[in-house]
Amino acid sequence: MSKAKKKVKVIKIDVDKCNGCRACELICSAFHASPKYSSNNPERSRIRVIRDPLKDIYLPVYAGEYTPAECAGRNRYVLDGREYGECDTCRASCPSRDLFKEPDSGLPLKCDMCDGEDEPMCVKWCLSKALTYEEYEEEREEEPKLGEMEIGLEALVNRHGLQKVMDTIARLSKKG
Amino acid sequence: MGYAEAGFNLEIDLTRGNIERVACDPNLAKLYLGGLGTNAKILYERVPPEVEPFSPENLLIFGTGLLTGTPLPACNRTVISTISPQTNLMAYSMMGGFWAPELKYAGYDKVIFRGKSSELIYVWINGDKVELRDASHLKGKGAVETQELIKKELKDQNVQVAAIGLAGENRVFTASIEQGRSSASRLGIGAVMGDKGIKAIAVRGRKDVNVARPMELLQLCNEVLQYVKEREDKPVPNVMPILAGLGSPQEMLHTDEKWHTENFSWGNSRERRKDFWTREIEEKWKETQESARIRLISCYNCPMKCGAIVSLPGMSTYMMKCFSKLTYNMAAFVDDLEFGFRIAQRATEYGVDGFSTPQIMAFAFELREAGILGEEHFVGCPDDNEGKFYWILDRIVLREGIGDILADGTYWAAKKIGNGAEAYAHNNIKKHEQLPLKLGMLNPIYFLMYSTGEKCNITQIEGQFPQAPFATMEEREEFVSDWVHVPDEKFKQYLLDWEMRGERSNPYYPTVDMSVDIVDWQEMMHYLDDAVGMCAGMSSFPLKPPYHIHNYPTIISAATGMEMDEEGLKKIYRRIRNLVRAFNIRRGLTRADEKPPEDHWRKRFPELEEQLLDAYYKFKGWNSQGIPTKETLLELSMGYVSEDLEKRGILSYE
Repeated sequence: MSKAKKKVKVIKIDVDKCNGCRACELICSAFHASPKYSSNNPERSRIRVIRDPLKDIYLPVYAGEYTPAECAGRNRYVLDGREYGECDTCRASCPSRDLFKEPDSGLPLKCDMCDGEDEPMCVKWCLSKALTYEEYEEEREEEPKLGEMEIGLEALVNRHGLQKVMDTIARLSKKG
Repeated sequence: MGYAEAGFNLEIDLTRGNIERVACDPNLAKLYLGGLGTNAKILYERVPPEVEPFSPENLLIFGTGLLTGTPLPACNRTVISTISPQTNLMAYSMMGGFWAPELKYAGYDKVIFRGKSSELIYVWINGDKVELRDASHLKGKGAVETQELIKKELKDQNVQVAAIGLAGENRVFTASIEQGRSSASRLGIGAVMGDKGIKAIAVRGRKDVNVARPMELLQLCNEVLQYVKEREDKPVPNVMPILAGLGSPQEMLHTDEKWHTENFSWGNSRERRKDFWTREIEEKWKETQESARIRLISCYNCPMKCGAIVSLPGMSTYMMKCFSKLTYNMAAFVDDLEFGFRIAQRATEYGVDGFSTPQIMAFAFELREAGILGEEHFVGCPDDNEGKFYWILDRIVLREGIGDILADGTYWAAKKIGNGAEAYAHNNIKKHEQLPLKLGMLNPIYFLMYSTGEKCNITQIEGQFPQAPFATMEEREEFVSDWVHVPDEKFKQYLLDWEMRGERSNPYYPTVDMSVDIVDWQEMMHYLDDAVGMCAGMSSFPLKPPYHIHNYPTIISAATGMEMDEEGLKKIYRRIRNLVRAFNIRRGLTRADEKPPEDHWRKRFPELEEQLLDAYYKFKGWNSQGIPTKETLLELSMGYVSEDLEKRGILSYE
């Protein structure tokens, strides 16, 4: 397999600098509105600040990959004397919580680093510098690109299991 | 689809338990914007002057600003309007925090309460679903504690809760409404909330707030943020640190308190301690503040950090902002700042105004010392200053013994106590306790602001124009060089010519007319902020803020789609100003009420003071009694007000 250079985009989160203003949530939802900036609604944001002021918990978390199933177990983190909730440090949009889902459709949200901007809008609007942006290059093995049908089949396999998919294809081909 | 506004109000009749979602009149924004403007309009139309503060007919309105919930930085204020039990005039206390934006996201511009609930309830606004819930389990709970308990009950940390403490439940006239790091404290609105039987209002919203011209508004927001960054690197020179930067005074950040502790009066606004700020105090206070403060925090969508999370061993954590870290220390003559942080924790849970309450407490002990209040009122009171103040705070909030009388504030308490007590209630304007400032020479600008301010609170009127002249011409020239905020170039000349001594100094300079101009500008910015929902700390209060009369019209237009220019906006300001004035006039406000405390300045100038008031009234288009004239009201399309004032015999045809 060939190696290729890939740009890795990083948002560095310094929780100690977060002032809890939620400007990141607001501007994220505005950027992703259609038309751009025409509305805002933190509920649609791909970044949420987990806030519990009296416990001094201020944790910006970004929406990551969708996952169809919740974790078998949960973790609680105690960092620097502060106890974080079971899912506070997790980026997934998952069935166990409301976070990172479109309020209307329930479809999962995922941070796209504000594709097309020189830096993500949340970073630009974070004057406290709790969020800063970095880029670096990384060499990665290039995976062969999957065709459309292969992607579709892969999803079906994930969902129903390989055997069931193969059985179905066999049955369909007999009908043919 | 409306822009910036949600387009609906919630009307809640507490007596009947009825909740309605009512569409707003879209034309009101063009005339009054939102926030204070539309709150005042509703109060004027629906609360006639016979209605008492604690009557079921009194309304309690929680209003968002017109632009609250849009991306505009620092536009997060909740404007709460009702009749003040203390002044019997309109109260419009405000708070920052997160409550108003959440209400917009829930789909409402205002929540309007009428009637009274027979049981203690809390309101749960969850988007379209609104309930009145039993709050008997929250009775007597602290204002901060209540917020946490409700969030837990609703299993959602993103719910925003505005709550009262025990002071509000007991209708203490200095009761506040607390929310997160913010509070709406002045003029006893917490008492009205308690009287209506509302312990708290919890809000959660998941809807969009739309804006009319998105790319233009984004550009304007970016300019504001850019300006804030540049301004941070460029504090205003030659003024004290808390006036040099933006934000509501950065009291949680700065530890240098030389100015407050030496210029403000201690005790019951009595004594200036000109040598208080020693090296030893400075070091001790810095250490105390830095160990008590665990994080500097902000309101919704604001880069400033005006508040802090405060935590000390042996007490529950709370949040603090502004000047309340000093008010208890100074009232009680306690030199240990830790006392201030500790008693403010109890006071915040009780939900009381940190400005008025300490003065009431100091007033009580002065009366005791003078023998006006006998020892029988102080049975069980400790001897030390700290203990005394905790003790009297409890009595006031619980309305126990003498506390029941003191809970109405110094003006009403003095009237009830009699026996010369009135002379000790010496720091009030319109029955409301003022900042403990007692100065030497009359300042004509401040004279006018103190006298005529409808909110009876100087920090809600001042700003924009420096509080004192600069020493040298060089400093003045430097100051005016980037002063883009002035509504007119003449203000620069006023400042350039203003001297510390001699002919062009207080009280005769700025001249009467100049003083009126300056006051009008400062008032205008506050009224506009209160209508759009902007924090004064980013606009009307500090010197050289990001928002001003020149960028506001474009900003309002880009967000709402309304056509707007400076002249139009100034007219809206005048409309709101006149409406609030007419409302208060209708409730009995007179020229005689418009005066600072007798001892506010040592040197007074009765003739000049009358001239100042005359000129101010004339400039505003009011008659010699401070009543808006028919011409003024008609010019502002407020025929309904002039008709009403005529009908009531307040305005005559002559």
